[in-house]
Amino acid sequence: MASLKELKGRINSVKSTQKITKAKQMVAAAKLRKAQAAAESARPYAARLAEVMGSLAGKITVSENSPKLLAGTGSDKVHLLVVMNSDKGLAGAFNSNIVKAARIKAKELEAQGKTVLFYLVGRKGRAPLRREFPKQIAHLFDTTDVRDPGFDEAERIANELVALYEAGKFDVAHLFYSKFRSALVQEPTDQQIIPVPAPKAVAATAGADAVTEYEPEEEEILAALLPRYLRTQLFGALLENAASEQGASMTAMDNATRNAGDLIKKLTIQYNRSRQAAITTELVEIIAGAEAL
Amino acid sequence: MALHFELVTPAKLVRSEDVHMVVVPGTEGEFGVLEGHAPFMSTIADGALKVYRTDGAAPEEIRITGGFAEVGDKGLTVLAEHVG
Repeated sequence: MASLKELKGRINSVKSTQKITKAKQMVAAAKLRKAQAAAESARPYAARLAEVMGSLAGKITVSENSPKLLAGTGSDKVHLLVVMNSDKGLAGAFNSNIVKAARIKAKELEAQGKTVLFYLVGRKGRAPLRREFPKQIAHLFDTTDVRDPGFDEAERIANELVALYEAGKFDVAHLFYSKFRSALVQEPTDQQIIPVPAPKAVAATAGADAVTEYEPEEEEILAALLPRYLRTQLFGALLENAASEQGASMTAMDNATRNAGDLIKKLTIQYNRSRQAAITTELVEIIAGAEAL
Repeated sequence: MALHFELVTPAKLVRSEDVHMVVVPGTEGEFGVLEGHAPFMSTIADGALKVYRTDGAAPEEIRITGGFAEVGDKGLTVLAEHVG
């Protein structure tokens, strides 16, 4: 049986932990609202761009002369896995879920005899992936010095990816991030980003599309839009990830706060019991002493 | 008689309003868009959009980079990576 003093110490320590988890939960709730709003305001651009890409794709047949970003390098030997993680922990299984999805994909590709490389965004994915694939980390992208990853980061990532791609360092790129469903549900998602999967051609609305004029030619517009499309995809993923992180963090911290509360209750009962036992023993001793006189 | 003009960046919808005319610096030359323009798509050179709120008014200039313009039955939509 722990002594009274020990119990008191443990209760206090759990109480301070609870304060921390509670604070983090509230911070996450506030940030989640912001992150969600950011994700929502990014939608019009992404939707419009996808629409335009769709209507262009309907007019163009992919051939060898198509831009490499669309047609691919002609082989699929080297796969680059772009894994997006957060920089901070305290978000439950958020980061490990993304890492797990990436690891499964990597094993699968390796089993098919492909070469797998990693491009890591954010700090939290580094340690586990480096442990398992020490020689395959192609690049680390640091986001620790930015508060909210935004379009500038997406642009830099996209530029680096395109540069690596054009240098022939990889053939196919997959993006791993967490899709935000709700504060409770975040889905680790695997998405191919290079070569750009041909956007679904939208059914040409009768007549309207037929007379659309393009300047310059369709192919040129498409070539100009492809890198932008990639950037938008990365930007969207960054935002989804940010919202997911806050959501996961909020849920995890809510659970932690509740657990701490339960633990405090249990310890307090234990503490009171021992205190009463001590008083009873003391009384018994006094009475026994008095009777002996 | 007004042209519906929307300016969208990845971060947000910057403008959505009815104007008289917008002059867009397309990669193959400037073009002005009035109401009822034929469907048209073009990439935009980095430069300034000139927005005329009413006929003959002094234009308001919006600098954009990485732009793309689309004219449809809904009006003019400009997608730009950076504004300002």
